[in-house]
Amino acid sequence: MITLKVNGHDHRVDADPDTPLLYVLRDDLALNAAKFGCGLGQCGACTVIVDGKAVLSCVTPLLLLEGKQVTTLEGLGTIEAPAPIQRAFMEEQAAQCGYCIAGMMMRAQALLQQNPKPTDEQIRSELEPHLCRCGTHMRILRAVHRAAHLMQTADASTVQRSAR
Amino acid sequence: MNGLVILDRRRVLAGGGALIVSFSLSDAFAQDQSAAPAAPAPSSPGSLKGAPFLDSWIRIDADGSITVFTGKAELGQGFKTAFQQIAAEELDIPFESLKVVTADTRRTANEGYTSGSHSTQDSGTAIQNAAAQVRALLISEAARRLNLPVENFRTENGAVIAPDGQRFGYGDLVAADMLHVQAQPTSKLKDPATFKVMGRPVPRVDIPAKVTGGAAYVQDMRLPGMVHSRVVRPPSYGARLTECDTSAIEKMPGVVKVIRDGNFLAVVAKKEFQAIKAMAALSAAAKWKETPGLPKQDDLLGVLTGLPSQDSTIFERSNSSAIGQKTIEATYTRPYQAHGSIGPSCAVAQFTDGAMTVWTHTQGVYPDRQGIAEMLRMPPSSVRCIHVEGSGCYGHNGADDAAADAALIARALPGTPVRVQWMREQEHAWEPFGPAMVTKLKASLDGNGVIADWNFEVWSNTHSMRPGGAGAMLAAQHMAQPFTPPTPKPMPLPEGGGDRNAIPIYKFPNAHVVNHFIPDMPVRVSAMRSLGAYHNVFSIESFMDELATAAGADPVEFRLKHLDDPRGRDVIESAARGFGWQKGKKAPRDRGFGFAFARYKNLAAYCAIASEVEVNRETGRPRLVRAVAAVDSGQVVNPDGLINQIEGAIVQSMSWTLYEAVTFDDTRITSTDWQTYPILRFNAVPDSIEVHVINRPGQPFLGSGETGQGPAAASIANAIANATGKRLRDLPLTRKKIKDAIDA
Repeated sequence: MITLKVNGHDHRVDADPDTPLLYVLRDDLALNAAKFGCGLGQCGACTVIVDGKAVLSCVTPLLLLEGKQVTTLEGLGTIEAPAPIQRAFMEEQAAQCGYCIAGMMMRAQALLQQNPKPTDEQIRSELEPHLCRCGTHMRILRAVHRAAHLMQTADASTVQRSAR
Repeated sequence: MNGLVILDRRRVLAGGGALIVSFSLSDAFAQDQSAAPAAPAPSSPGSLKGAPFLDSWIRIDADGSITVFTGKAELGQGFKTAFQQIAAEELDIPFESLKVVTADTRRTANEGYTSGSHSTQDSGTAIQNAAAQVRALLISEAARRLNLPVENFRTENGAVIAPDGQRFGYGDLVAADMLHVQAQPTSKLKDPATFKVMGRPVPRVDIPAKVTGGAAYVQDMRLPGMVHSRVVRPPSYGARLTECDTSAIEKMPGVVKVIRDGNFLAVVAKKEFQAIKAMAALSAAAKWKETPGLPKQDDLLGVLTGLPSQDSTIFERSNSSAIGQKTIEATYTRPYQAHGSIGPSCAVAQFTDGAMTVWTHTQGVYPDRQGIAEMLRMPPSSVRCIHVEGSGCYGHNGADDAAADAALIARALPGTPVRVQWMREQEHAWEPFGPAMVTKLKASLDGNGVIADWNFEVWSNTHSMRPGGAGAMLAAQHMAQPFTPPTPKPMPLPEGGGDRNAIPIYKFPNAHVVNHFIPDMPVRVSAMRSLGAYHNVFSIESFMDELATAAGADPVEFRLKHLDDPRGRDVIESAARGFGWQKGKKAPRDRGFGFAFARYKNLAAYCAIASEVEVNRETGRPRLVRAVAAVDSGQVVNPDGLINQIEGAIVQSMSWTLYEAVTFDDTRITSTDWQTYPILRFNAVPDSIEVHVINRPGQPFLGSGETGQGPAAASIANAIANATGKRLRDLPLTRKKIKDAIDA
């Protein structure tokens, strides 16, 4: 049994310590956002945030996560009350199949927490580990820029949201 | 429309009950036709041809809730939203007030495969017409109740409004099986000028769940008591399992069952990672006999043109008055390329009380059902296939195989839902690839720089080995009593397969087009986005630039000179204008401009793309800097959805064109992950892509999901040639090939 803190809640997880975080999130905690893409750390679909940093959950074993804070896309917001990054991706319609998008959003979120005003070049460079096969890249970039903007005006957007 | 064919349900029923409905209507149509014998009966629009009953498409419940059914599958192209727009528009109801149910063998019409950019053309058209006819039925029912002429009624917001303002909700008007009537050949469609929902960039209905962690994919399904399975695939095509001691694997933690059926090997465990660990152990325990049988990867030109082929002239035009003076020739090649969905194929199956249910991201639930039923030797009526979205689908990938895997495994565990997902290396090694192709072109210019004759030959395998029969599915091929793959057939024109878009759209006085269909398939192949059109358009549009250069003409002007089709001319002019294309204008240093155009299948959407590519002369590395596209897909349903498709087509085709080739030795596929099969990453993403949409209100929908693939490839190739002065004809146009060409 390992205690894992995910999206602010403690979970007692009965899984072998070598189990990659991805399977614990999906299988034990029934969270959908982190996706299996390659299991090799090559595509980014499984990305989550651990202690503020973007991490490839498919190659991160459970035993390294004791006492750390794991955040998944579910922990940022909901359909009813989306986080700025989620709003931005909706507003830019930044998905085709969308399978890669959750991972992209988590790395972008981690970037924006560190650097609220990234340049286009910094965003591209940060997203380098991520693959998208539908070719939605232009929209993804626009959505990250929009998210940066929304985060800076987060208070205003909260007011807007509740007024909807 | 004649009053006689107004579908009055009660009058029809008075004729003798539900079974008589279609006959009664046939009579009505016959009478209608006899009234105007000169006009041939038009066939029903879109997929209404195959599924003529209105309630196959639209259901209205007594509480007023409305459901639209499509036999097509949402593959990430966003048509579910577009269909909802179409139905809302023609039914005159708010967009939010209806839901769309997609491909399910128990609930929706059989619309075959979701492929060939047919969804909106076929299913969207059916829904549009069915919705218009349902609205007319509702109006006539309200008119009947008040005994007033239908002309005095209108619809608004889900209700029929009587002349005195009385409102009849659709749910109040609809009787038990009032919509179980055959569609008429024509419908009174709305005037596009009055559209409220169609033609607008309505946000996609599926995106909110996808960006908040909702259950959006078959990969996200969790049925009660569900177990996880992994398959151990043979290491190569045709490999045979000679030895496999499974005893140690059966004792591994969580393992529920090891399944061996001939060369089919799988393991089932309670948890997903337990299944993966057991799969690795099972894989290590399995001994295979492999047989080398793969062709030479570095000589696909020799391989393809050396295999036996069935040759046919598919287009011939001659005019002896046009005399060529200057002749050029060129050969273009394309390697095998992978769909490479980011999420490996997945399916969930459950075998309960003799019935099999499979949740799958297949493109065709009905053909899949047929294949799975045959494999399991069950009647098709005992198999249900339900489409659930998967990771992006760009053709016949591993979806059908995963569905067959899940069904075969689930049969061994009655009552238990089984989820199977492929591993990355299985997806890369076993998906059916886009076929390698060769084209040889030869053309002559007359004294005025006009093309006088044109010769085009294409060599290719089939571009569809889709199921229908079990033999198309890996599990069925690997079973102890295996099914053999079906005999490959060329896909018929006008759509074609390897010869898709092989016939030029340009007006050439002399033209000769030959299709060399190669039945032998040394590498597993099937449909990949745009089929042969990707390579044929790449070849034709590259060669048009070569000819333009030989004629000393501007590439855009040269194309226009050879094209009559006014809609084709419009997209060319629109893309050129948007790009700022000017005759003789030189690109900045180390950059090139390129242009290309095609009408997909010569019958679907038109697309022209201008591009600017930068080439690093030291490394040969190319980068698409910007692209400007123009597209005409007829009546636009959702402009943002259309733009999203074209943007995606450009980026994906760029990746195919610059980087991608399946690799193999004489026995095994060796490109088995993203290191060995690299695709585009963010450092190669363009600065901008601009898409100009030419809307054609009231015109038929023209499929647009694949129209960008060919033009994007040729536009980029032409820009590279413009930047370097060197023409590359062997895909992919890698940095090494560019560097070698620069240094040559």
